[in-house]
Amino acid sequence: MKRRLILFFTISLLITGTTFEEKVLTLKGSDTMVILVQKWTEEYPDKSVQFQVTGGGSGTGIASLINGTTDICSSSRPMKSAEALQMKQKYGKPPIEIRVARDGLSVYVHKTNLIKSITIKQLGDVFTGKIKNWKDIGGPDHKIILYSRENNSGTYEFFKEHVLLNKDFDPSAQHMPGTSAVVGAIAMDQWGIGYGGAAYTKGVNEVKVSVHKDSIAYLPTEENILNGKYPISRFLYFYLRERPLHETKQFIDWVIGKEGQKVVLDVGYFPTKKL
Amino acid sequence: MSSNSTLYKKSKFRPFEAIIEWIIRLTASFSIIIIFLIFIFIFKEAGGLIFGTAKELKPKKAVSEKVQDKSEEKVKPEIYNPETGEIVKIVEVKKLVKAKETESQSIWANLFSDTWQPVGKKPKYGIQPLLIGTFKVTLVSLLFATPLSILAAIYCAFFAKAWIRDIIKPTVEVLAGFPSVVLGFFCLVTVVQGVYSTTQFLQPLCTNIADIISWILPFSDRWIHSALTISDFHYSAVVGGIGLGLAVIPIIFTISEDALSAVPNSYREASLALGATESETAFKVMLPAALPGVVAAILLGIGRAFGETMIALMATGNAALFSWNIFHPVRTLAATIGSETGEVQWGSLHYNILFFLGILLFLVSFIINALTELFVKKYLSKKFQGA
Amino acid sequence: MSELLLQKKHSSYYYVKSKLSTGLPLFAAIFLVLLIALLLLHFIWHGAPGITWAFLTEAPRNNNTEGGIFPAIYGTVFLVFIMSLLGVPIGTATAIYLSEYARQQSFFSRSVRFGVNTLAGVPSIVFGLFGVGFFVQFIGKGIDTAAQTTIWSKPSLIWAAATLSVLTLPVVIVAVEEALRNVPQDLREASLALGATKWQTIWRVVLPNSLTGILTGTILAIGRGAGEVAPVIFVGAVYSLPQLPDSLADQFMHMGYHIYVLATQSPNAADALPLQYASTLVLLILAFSLNLTAAYIRLRIRRSHK
Repeated sequence: MKRRLILFFTISLLITGTTFEEKVLTLKGSDTMVILVQKWTEEYPDKSVQFQVTGGGSGTGIASLINGTTDICSSSRPMKSAEALQMKQKYGKPPIEIRVARDGLSVYVHKTNLIKSITIKQLGDVFTGKIKNWKDIGGPDHKIILYSRENNSGTYEFFKEHVLLNKDFDPSAQHMPGTSAVVGAIAMDQWGIGYGGAAYTKGVNEVKVSVHKDSIAYLPTEENILNGKYPISRFLYFYLRERPLHETKQFIDWVIGKEGQKVVLDVGYFPTKKL
Repeated sequence: MSSNSTLYKKSKFRPFEAIIEWIIRLTASFSIIIIFLIFIFIFKEAGGLIFGTAKELKPKKAVSEKVQDKSEEKVKPEIYNPETGEIVKIVEVKKLVKAKETESQSIWANLFSDTWQPVGKKPKYGIQPLLIGTFKVTLVSLLFATPLSILAAIYCAFFAKAWIRDIIKPTVEVLAGFPSVVLGFFCLVTVVQGVYSTTQFLQPLCTNIADIISWILPFSDRWIHSALTISDFHYSAVVGGIGLGLAVIPIIFTISEDALSAVPNSYREASLALGATESETAFKVMLPAALPGVVAAILLGIGRAFGETMIALMATGNAALFSWNIFHPVRTLAATIGSETGEVQWGSLHYNILFFLGILLFLVSFIINALTELFVKKYLSKKFQGA
Repeated sequence: MSELLLQKKHSSYYYVKSKLSTGLPLFAAIFLVLLIALLLLHFIWHGAPGITWAFLTEAPRNNNTEGGIFPAIYGTVFLVFIMSLLGVPIGTATAIYLSEYARQQSFFSRSVRFGVNTLAGVPSIVFGLFGVGFFVQFIGKGIDTAAQTTIWSKPSLIWAAATLSVLTLPVVIVAVEEALRNVPQDLREASLALGATKWQTIWRVVLPNSLTGILTGTILAIGRGAGEVAPVIFVGAVYSLPQLPDSLADQFMHMGYHIYVLATQSPNAADALPLQYASTLVLLILAFSLNLTAAYIRLRIRRSHK
């Protein structure tokens, strides 16, 4: 009898769960941003608001925004027009876009690599396989080993669009399942080159990037990204179904306000404007 | 082999009993139903590709592109807070280098081409590199796992003392208990370095092996040399193959050990009585006698290696490279599904194609299983019925 | 054959060959055991220092470089619990059919057996696709359209559990069937002789005597289900979820997926590595303790019926 009671309680506890008395905000989307969003919700002063944070990828987040299963969608890429169109068809108005942070895409090489700067064009050629040897960009005579992000990530799409100019990656580019895996691999590989978020640079060297051969190359520091000198940077977004109201508005105002933007810096991304 | 069903004699008809029996029969058919459902639903989700109904396949004319452009201009998200920083257009050159318009090819030609670049303006869904990659990794894992586990099984079944057997068998069971993600992680951080530093020393040896093989099979000369040239890649079919091998070893070992132990002892006694040594008996009498079971073990091992996802995803480098070199990174079918399905837009052509890859995996596992059933049925039924 | 052997017996070629053919199996066995021992030691060595009470009871903090893995443990336990609720009854019924009702030669029983074997061989990733295609996109959507809701047609705990219960079905069936067959024939005969019907015999005599077998099957299934990552990646497991899941429609953190995430996606691989090893060790301990319990119960069943 006792055993049955315990079993019954466990099951009922598990299945019914708590009743939602407080307001719950669900945030879903980009895996790149999940660390940031999580930190925001941890730091948010109004503790009466409950948050439910999930990753899953920008595409997944946008899909759930369309399906209505999330309140806020975080995305590391701008919404595609097809997706915006779906939103409009379903809700009668386009979604609301909010820029919440900035990210610079760093180019990583091995610690011992002597390459200090690279142009965007060279970078594109390296990853499309046009340049295959380090000596063509000022290094020793050795084959370049490419490391890329997995093709489901917003980072991959961004890099492909803005650096490769929509050309295909060289087939020998190794698609690592996460930025950390890219960094880990390059830390081991003397001849590797890869890219990923500026927040992840332990154990590897960053390369300065310039727009043209003659222009100055910059590192993805806060200053260079904010004044637009670093050429590969992007915004990170929130998307909403409708104009923010009540708790949502308070949260979003806090996020793009001073305190929220400070959290952005803590996590390793960059604020949308100078603090 | 006698079934318990023969025990119960037909007695008078009882409705309750009959209902129960039918409920149990119905539940038992669940496994068959599930197989059918897997088949149906994976086909259904791949339907956009197979029946050509995917959105991406329909608008082939330029007209539709215009429509798309229009919608792009029309529907833009509203921006909530316009004063958030100046927008730095990153690359203005973008417009200049427009992706070249190549002739739109049929999706099936696309599917069997040699480039896998599913994301982008002009997605390429060539599955050739994935097939080669899967094949290479499976091959390496079998080369690693089969001799090791069959030899160990022979040792266990014929040479080992009882207490040694009691050490070896549970140890291998321990390996079977390793979740594949753990093995994948192990390969990602440890095996990679080991393999890399070892292979750098082994290049001359590999060239020699290639020389020997090409001497035996002259027509394979170029192919075998390219397949055995050590590359500068860290992640490769070899690393992944070792990881998969670790996952496969328990399967091959356990099943072939069972098969070897099941050979009647009279075989062994007869062979020894005829003057054969212990090792001759093991290799020339017992092993052939247990061959169906051993083949079943290898087949099941192939099935496991072929469809394993996490290890392949973490340790093989995931480059869809069209190459026969086992020291090159590879991208397997399962790893492709595993990494791309999570974020793909549900219902898109890419999604359909990932399910199509799923069909391939399912069919291969189905065929492997059917083969095991057909050719080694006797052995298997013996094992499963505990006779 | 033996004539040939006798002739060659003393040649040195033959000597080497015979040494080799006894030596190689020994070598393979030693190599295998050492390899596995090394693997285990590697994880214990690196993982043990990280396992503390706080690690087991806290949520991950600071981008998975601090804190613990409690949500992942909770999610996994919740998942396998629901999975067993769904899968074990079906598996047991199938095993009862195979052991008590099926006639060996009938087409139906052969197809059921073939189905079970095939199911056991289907790659786990295919179950993941099946989960998306069938449970989420078909059943979930069906419920949603019928009930005018939007909660079921997305990846969630219930669909992940359903997917895993299908995946572990063969494990349950094989274990339970073995237990049922180990129930002595005398018991059945005695029960029938006393006038019990077939179902009464099964329900009152055979099943109670094989309860431990059902338990073994459940434990083995849990061990398998807890370690499978590929099927749950897109049917419900998430990167990070500070709150614990409290309804079946929630998504959840999963031990195996968490390890994958730590290994590949953490912003700081070096800082996350100790936690990574500790999490791995926890998962390994979980899997092994389950398997060991199952092995122990099995051994006891076999002994008691001999």
